[in-house]
Amino acid sequence: MFKMTPNILKNFITEKATRLYPYEVKEPYDINRGELVNEIEKCNFCGICAAKCPSQCITVNKKTATWECALFVCVYCGVCVETCPQKCLHQKQTYRKPVREKEIIFMQGEVKAKDTPDGSESS
Amino acid sequence: MLEEVIPVTPEILSGETAKIKYEGYKFITLSCVEMDANNVEILYHFDRDLQLKHFRLAVPKKTIIPSISPIYMAAFLVENEIQDLFAIRFSGLVIDFNRTLYLEDEIKNTPFCKYTVVESDSREISSPPDFDE
Amino acid sequence: MKRTIIPFGPQHPVLPEPIHLTLTVEDEIITEAVPALGFVHRGLEQLADLRDFRQMVQVVERVCGICSMMHAMCYAQGIEGLMEVEVPPRAKYLRVIWSELHRMHSHLLWLGLFADSFGFESLFMQFWRIREKILNIQEATTGNRIIVSVNVIGGVRKDLSPDQIRWMLSELIEVEQMIMNLGPTLFDDYTVKKRTVDKGILSGEKAMELGTAGPTLRGSGVSQDMRTLGYAALNELDFTPVTEKNGDCWSRCKVRFLETLQSIDLVRQAIARIPNGEINTKVKGRPDGEIIARVEQPRGEVFYYIKANGKKNLDRLRIRTPTFANIPALLTMLPGMWLSDVPVVVLSIDPCISCTER
Ligand code: SF4
Ligand code: SF4
Repeated sequence: MFKMTPNILKNFITEKATRLYPYEVKEPYDINRGELVNEIEKCNFCGICAAKCPSQCITVNKKTATWECALFVCVYCGVCVETCPQKCLHQKQTYRKPVREKEIIFMQGEVKAKDTPDGSESS
Repeated sequence: MLEEVIPVTPEILSGETAKIKYEGYKFITLSCVEMDANNVEILYHFDRDLQLKHFRLAVPKKTIIPSISPIYMAAFLVENEIQDLFAIRFSGLVIDFNRTLYLEDEIKNTPFCKYTVVESDSREISSPPDFDE
Repeated sequence: MKRTIIPFGPQHPVLPEPIHLTLTVEDEIITEAVPALGFVHRGLEQLADLRDFRQMVQVVERVCGICSMMHAMCYAQGIEGLMEVEVPPRAKYLRVIWSELHRMHSHLLWLGLFADSFGFESLFMQFWRIREKILNIQEATTGNRIIVSVNVIGGVRKDLSPDQIRWMLSELIEVEQMIMNLGPTLFDDYTVKKRTVDKGILSGEKAMELGTAGPTLRGSGVSQDMRTLGYAALNELDFTPVTEKNGDCWSRCKVRFLETLQSIDLVRQAIARIPNGEINTKVKGRPDGEIIARVEQPRGEVFYYIKANGKKNLDRLRIRTPTFANIPALLTMLPGMWLSDVPVVVLSIDPCISCTER
């Protein structure tokens, strides 16, 4: 009996374990794998990210210079960020807010005039 | 690379299993692998003091294999799973879900086979528990 | 006596995940229990046909949320064994640290849920508050709270800085203190004893015969722990598997409670001995052959059978998760129990259904 009582009494004087969420948000850690962003100017549409992605949510089209990501298929594992040779993919520290409809990020880059055959193109 | 593999046939399977149980092995699981369009291979894994021992049973699809669940009761779940996902049937299961452990009644094909086999009369096969090769 | 059939689950207040049990009761006593699975079957094993062996690391992580790190570690160890890759020592230690953190958070989650199953809500909240600290450590060191996703074939993806290690150690002191404070409540409290002692008894021989794994087996007095195989860096750390003799719900609870403390100790040992150096090696080529990988998860032994044929995709990936092994034991524990004890007994094996069905 009364084994829990000391714990309960202690809880009165310790700080709260919970947060009033929408008003008080937890500080994200720098390492967090949040929202995925692509700096499209730097991207050369090599398609490595699309080939490595375990959930196959990225579609890259080299001809039309487009980069698409199905946001709700992405599992935020960070594999694409690590493998991108141009280092143009990043993950923010904060997570994406909930939405009511499925979204796809569609990004249009510049179509390069000449096809430079550099080594990074083989996926 | 598996340590100790004993090839078995459906006829000697029950006997070998009873023997291995007598030797004090603990049942781990079965792994079913589809070899080609017509054959599957079932691996029986056992463990004693962290040492593994395996049986390898190669049979054609649509075979009815005697279940080892009367010997190792724990085998009934995985045998039902194999029954659901591969075109193999087990006879003498302690609890027979008759291909409804994971699947719905109306599903007749075998989801884990690349070369799928349609079990046309899947509800009827298991009623006579006699075993043919 | 007239027999009644009572369905238990798939949606039941004590069950976080869907499993159905058809209980045959006479009066209030269970005479038979038959399970029904398949509510969350996803066929992840077969995804090995569509994803290459490196992408499968992220797939197997999602077999089970709570022990994601161990699944990935087991899979990576299997593939490394096939390809004869030697993982750098630092990576091995990091794997131990994160896997033991995972064990802690899983056991704390379970201790909370178990308290909830016999209606001790405030104890549930206390345990989950401690768990939050572990989750913070995981988030700060890996970037995600639960699906830490640190494993790759050939090592790990993240490293620990000295600052992080210092912070982790100070947090762990606090965690240990908080867990110790709850010990008397869990083990000496009259109501807790009433609900758990001598419920769902499983003898040691029966447990071995039914192929039980993990704390369910160790709660019955059998000292079997896959960590004694010495995978990752565990062969260089000292520990003895925790066992309890009685084989009832109380023993299983005690095993998990003590294992939580043991994990803290293992993390400390690993931190004390962690060498410097690389955290992963480049892995070239493709796997070929068959291998078995075994790792001790919070719920017991996970068993991977991997068959590769030198192509990009694996031939077969078979995962036997601990709950799959513990369900037959559950079915033999239930007969003879009161209907009101079913939630406690079901939770005492720590059922993880999405693991079971993959
Ligand atoms: S890997 Fe990087 S550079 Fe290549 S297509 Fe993807 S985002 Fe662009
Ligand atoms: S974070 Fe992972 S799942 Fe998401 S796009 Fe990148 S590789 Fe694919």
